[in-house]
Amino acid sequence: MPILTKAEAKALLTKVLSYSKAEQCEVNLNCSDSGNLRYARNAVSTSGGISANSLVVSSAFGKKLGTATINEFDDASLEKVVRRAEELAQLAPENPEFMPFLGPQEYGPDSPTFSPATAAVTPKDRADAVQASLKQAMDNKLNAAGFLSNSVGCAALMNSKGLFAYNTSTDVAFNITVRTDDGKGSGYATRGYNDFSKLNAKADTAIAAKKAMSSVTAKAIEPGKYTVILEPTAVAVMLENLFFSLDARQADEGRSFMSKTGGKTKLGEQLVDERVNIYSDPWNPELPTSTWSGDGRPQEKINWIEKGVVKNLYSSRYWAQKTGIKAIPTPGGAIMQGGTKTLEELIKGTEKGILVTRLWYIRTVDPQTLLLTGLTRDGTFYIENGEIKFPVKNFRFNESPVIMLNNLDEIGIAERTVSAESEANYLLPPLRIRDFTFTSLSDAV
Amino acid sequence: MKRRNFIYLTGVGAAAAMLPAIPVFGKEISPEQALEYIDPAAKKIMSDVALNAARSKGATYTDVRVGRYLNQYVVTREDKVENIVNTESYGIGIRVISNGSWGFAATDKLDKDSIAKAAELAVTIAKENARLLREPVMLAPQKGYGEVSWKAPIEKNTFEVPVKEKVDLLLAVNDAAMKGGADYINSVLFAVNEQKYFASTDGSYIDQDIHRIWPTFYITKIDKVSGKFETRNALSAPTGKGYEYLNARPEDKIQTASGTLYKGRYDMLEDATQAARQVGEKMKAKSVEPGKYDLVLDPSHLWLTIHESCGHPTELDRVLGYEANYAGTSFLTLDKWESKKFNYGSKEVNITADKTEVGSLGAVGYDDEGVKCGKWDVIKDGILVNYQAIRDQAHIVGLNASQGCCYADNWSSVQFQRMANISLQPGKAKLSIADQIKNVEKGIYIVGDGSFSIDQQRYNFQFGGQLYYEIKAGKIVGMLKDVAYQANTQEFWNSCVAICDQSDYRLGGSFFDGKGQPGQVSAVSHGSATARFNKVNVINTARKI
Repeated sequence: MPILTKAEAKALLTKVLSYSKAEQCEVNLNCSDSGNLRYARNAVSTSGGISANSLVVSSAFGKKLGTATINEFDDASLEKVVRRAEELAQLAPENPEFMPFLGPQEYGPDSPTFSPATAAVTPKDRADAVQASLKQAMDNKLNAAGFLSNSVGCAALMNSKGLFAYNTSTDVAFNITVRTDDGKGSGYATRGYNDFSKLNAKADTAIAAKKAMSSVTAKAIEPGKYTVILEPTAVAVMLENLFFSLDARQADEGRSFMSKTGGKTKLGEQLVDERVNIYSDPWNPELPTSTWSGDGRPQEKINWIEKGVVKNLYSSRYWAQKTGIKAIPTPGGAIMQGGTKTLEELIKGTEKGILVTRLWYIRTVDPQTLLLTGLTRDGTFYIENGEIKFPVKNFRFNESPVIMLNNLDEIGIAERTVSAESEANYLLPPLRIRDFTFTSLSDAV
Repeated sequence: MKRRNFIYLTGVGAAAAMLPAIPVFGKEISPEQALEYIDPAAKKIMSDVALNAARSKGATYTDVRVGRYLNQYVVTREDKVENIVNTESYGIGIRVISNGSWGFAATDKLDKDSIAKAAELAVTIAKENARLLREPVMLAPQKGYGEVSWKAPIEKNTFEVPVKEKVDLLLAVNDAAMKGGADYINSVLFAVNEQKYFASTDGSYIDQDIHRIWPTFYITKIDKVSGKFETRNALSAPTGKGYEYLNARPEDKIQTASGTLYKGRYDMLEDATQAARQVGEKMKAKSVEPGKYDLVLDPSHLWLTIHESCGHPTELDRVLGYEANYAGTSFLTLDKWESKKFNYGSKEVNITADKTEVGSLGAVGYDDEGVKCGKWDVIKDGILVNYQAIRDQAHIVGLNASQGCCYADNWSSVQFQRMANISLQPGKAKLSIADQIKNVEKGIYIVGDGSFSIDQQRYNFQFGGQLYYEIKAGKIVGMLKDVAYQANTQEFWNSCVAICDQSDYRLGGSFFDGKGQPGQVSAVSHGSATARFNKVNVINTARKI
């Protein structure tokens, strides 16, 4: 099924709702066409194309809810999926946490999540981009492994209370690891856009290649507490663990780093350095995201941390009603307000420190303190008197993003980046951090 | 299956998205549909359509996977059923070689036209990508097996068990935990049935029926005064068994000073009861003094260390660089294997790859490129002797046949190299857990898996666990907390000095081993007996924010 226009989606969902006999009915439509090309050892390895569409029907009688899904769109199938959702709802036990579906919502202007250039990408376009990347690597006698993917999708939501929401989106993701032939140097670059025409695989490969060539003959230095400069990709994997933990129910129940004794939370308290401002904004031109969440709630510009103070937590509608807080959905992206200095200027202003270009295999060690462990990877460098002096061997770290943001030294210019762990896109600055805790050395390149 | 039993409990909490840690694939279906099995004759017809269409467009090799993937999730918390979902994903994936290059396409439309179009698309992609090749794909020869089948040797199909029975079990587990002092508990029963049909131009038509089950829970206890909390996960292992896994007999239990451990089958109710008690003990435990300790590692913990530090670095695709951009490469480079004397571990360390171990998550008759599965040595008396390979890599390590390590997590995913069941073989001399502990002067006995992280070449790792017991002068003297150990893989395995005997051999494993781009998951088991590692670096993970 091709990507549906707003009018087509509206007509389809109206038809589905017309079959409903439930007290309430809600229909979610998702459609996606995607393609990818993977390469390694300077040659293509795997490549494919996937088309996937689904319709989810939720029917409710009182607090009894039934849900059914289908990926066939003829009239008989559409009616069948509605009947099945109703049958399940009629016989289901009451759900004490069931919330009635939302009525019509105001979503504000459309967000620029769709790019015609990305929607038109072909297998040839992908192969052309990868060919440019491979040439860049091979011209420098380096070894490239990378991944390019693109997708176009639509999402729509309609319910019997008059709510209708629609969005189309496109995405392109590119990441590349370049290694020296002797295996002693490795560099990485990653980019994510809504617009394929912004992608410059050759330039990104050149960045990874430069890091690879610069990181050979890495020296071992003692683990310990160091001033570090984290490039935005490294910042992403640290901070997303904080973003993922800003859930109100978890905090209220005492099961989060945001919890305090007696069912209280740290909401409204100074948690990190006062220069830290973290927010989400569906209309940010660099990181546009959907203006509505999966259950139909509007996405707004939300300040999560303002001047170091936690201002909001996200929550289910049930928990928000129970506790009397605003029912803020989880955002589609996160943004940390940047400063005015480039990465190069941050390096220039560092007396002694370590430049970290990528972090890897991040796992929570302690949810109470958000202590994380992981390693540096693909280019780690020692800085002295404002200059990169030499590459250093990789470190394992044990550090909490909360502690890290309290040891904030300087903030650079924010840029769009991608988490190499979750593949989520963010708008984040490079950060200079004092006393970042490295606990051991790794021989890995 | 009594439909009403299912219906009574279905529909509580609609969105499968409420399960953030559990990927949900496919459309929701009734439990009755989950008991259907597609006639292999119908799958053969579909396969032949794809094989013929690809051949007519210029493919020199084609394989076809008709997959029907069924999942069931039963999710509860405290006294509530949060969700019950049955899902089905059914479709066809077609992989070809044309102009020397791989191509792949998949569709869930199983009429002849759609299948033929997908086959043609796979050939088109292969031809488009051929210009990015350095050398043509070289496949190890593989004989065709004709029409054959394989079924997991389960005793009781989990999908046939009434959902009410499963819900009753989970709610009883939750009740036991809450009565035992837990403040919160989430419990989940997750069942998988893969009905896979493979056909290729080699002349194989292979029908397989694979089952897995994973009952698990997560308990939290909070100290209302200090605001501190501790957790304890279930000591169950995800396993390639049927519902019989939940019917533990006395011979399936190992009694230790720390509590009951499970061998082959699992008593979820008993484990939840002891977990509630143990999580309370964790809150009062002493924070560990960092330093060197002799570690005694239970199989419920050690499986993950084996997975990360032996399973992944011996995957040949990592050694060669195919995962360099994502999961990484490997320190076990070809020169180390060629030397025939690379000292991976002590002489106690014998590690095998096995795609046939009964009850393991990775057990199948044939892999996803039609290779009959087997067992082989990877580490022999501490020396690296072999890797894990698939058909297009075999020639690189001088093999004239694949080792059968190819797998795709869905019909819509392209198959590639995945880990076999990689296991540490038990010691030959009689040695019990009590004997292990008795011989340790200053050590920690670790039970259950916790946090885990390892570098991209598999040298440096850090692991936590569920339960940490301090050993002094051969005796457990109390519980510790804030424990994690760090080591270098080669040093760690060379510090292995004793492994319990076969009577203590148990399987652990993962449902969700992630790898590849786009990412795929695979399920794999790792066996071991309780093993001792001397003078390992232990850190204290307590922090203040």
